[in-house]
Amino acid sequence: MNFDTNLIVSMMPELARAFGVTLLTWLVGVIGAAILGFLVAVARRYGSPWLAYPLRLCVEVIRGTPFLIQLFLLYYGGPFIGLSLDPIPAGLLGLAVYGAAYFSEIFRAGFEAVPPGHVEAAECVGLNRRQIIQRILIPEMTMLVLPASVNMAIVLLKETAVLSIITVPELTLVISAIGSQQYAFVESLFLLALFYWGLVELSGRLGRHMEARLSKYRFVTA
Amino acid sequence: MSWKLFELLVQASFYTVQISFISITIGLVIGTAVSAASLSPNRALSISGRTFVSFFRGVPLLVQLLLIYNLLPALGINVPSVVAAITGLSLCTAAYQAENLRGGFQSVPRGLLEAADMVGLSSFQQFRRIKAPIALRLALPSLVNEAIMILKASSLVSVVGIVELTRMAQDLAASTYRPIELFSAAGLLYLIINWLIAWGGSVFERSFRWGRP
Repeated sequence: MNFDTNLIVSMMPELARAFGVTLLTWLVGVIGAAILGFLVAVARRYGSPWLAYPLRLCVEVIRGTPFLIQLFLLYYGGPFIGLSLDPIPAGLLGLAVYGAAYFSEIFRAGFEAVPPGHVEAAECVGLNRRQIIQRILIPEMTMLVLPASVNMAIVLLKETAVLSIITVPELTLVISAIGSQQYAFVESLFLLALFYWGLVELSGRLGRHMEARLSKYRFVTA
Repeated sequence: MSWKLFELLVQASFYTVQISFISITIGLVIGTAVSAASLSPNRALSISGRTFVSFFRGVPLLVQLLLIYNLLPALGINVPSVVAAITGLSLCTAAYQAENLRGGFQSVPRGLLEAADMVGLSSFQQFRRIKAPIALRLALPSLVNEAIMILKASSLVSVVGIVELTRMAQDLAASTYRPIELFSAAGLLYLIINWLIAWGGSVFERSFRWGRP
């Protein structure tokens, strides 16, 4: 392997942009997925059965099919029903919808793990449904769902690599392109793998740190 | 969408099932070895076991597949691309299965092993007759989950040119200009296979009661 520093310097702006795209799609994807997943979980728990059953079917379908198939359907099938998206918006939407299905299950389990006595007590003192969700369920759930949510965020970070297949210019796509131009495919892929590994380990550590910090707010004991 | 196209998809889905099944089986063997290594009192063994798990769980499968697909020829090993794909899938699932099995091995009650010591079972016999059955039974629900994950993840081997279900749907969508129908049909086939795996898993779990501590 010829080590050419000029080459690496000349690639820097491109790499920085690709890194930005990876981070952006990840963060926006995770936040979108968490919000959408929360809404789905609330709708399934408190909405009418006419809403809950179709949502349940959607969650099952998304969880039962590969992310890549969903992306292809969105990106290549979308234009046929008037939904022409550029790669990045398509990737973001795909990631958010895919993640939302898993997040909704995490939140559903969270809702179920909140002791019914707390909700009954809140009903007795006359809190309405919105207040119960806002003041009882959400604070108690946050601790319960944190480990699974951190895990899901890490899964979604790894799924951003799949977005390269629909030509989102994120790190995997850009690095493989540079690697094949420079005939250093294996080396660049190896660096890419190390990069993801580091980021995943870092996020995992950050998640555990956050859990430890927040654990003093835990007042639901199993 | 004509029946001819659907038939092609069904055929490709058998290929998907084959690749996934082989990878899960190889992954179970490697995963057992890796979990045994990471639980070993030998420091070097346990560190390499845990590094294996951390690496293959920390790197996106797509990157692993591209790396293995390009690494093998660079090392002078020329194998068909399906072998590279199965290697990638097996190593990845081995890391996840090792983690599941580790939990299983750790929950083998100590008393059982002490009793086995007393009656003079060798450490291999203890592994074969006591630890492995209990760990496997405890890890079975997560093994079924892992099978479903790998079936879905096998769609990624389409990028190294293997014409399994996803690639077949992609090729047919490109030649017929009917992406919605073809990708929906492919998704439906994945769903059906997953339901079958989940159903088979629950039947198997109910009949798999031996070795309960």
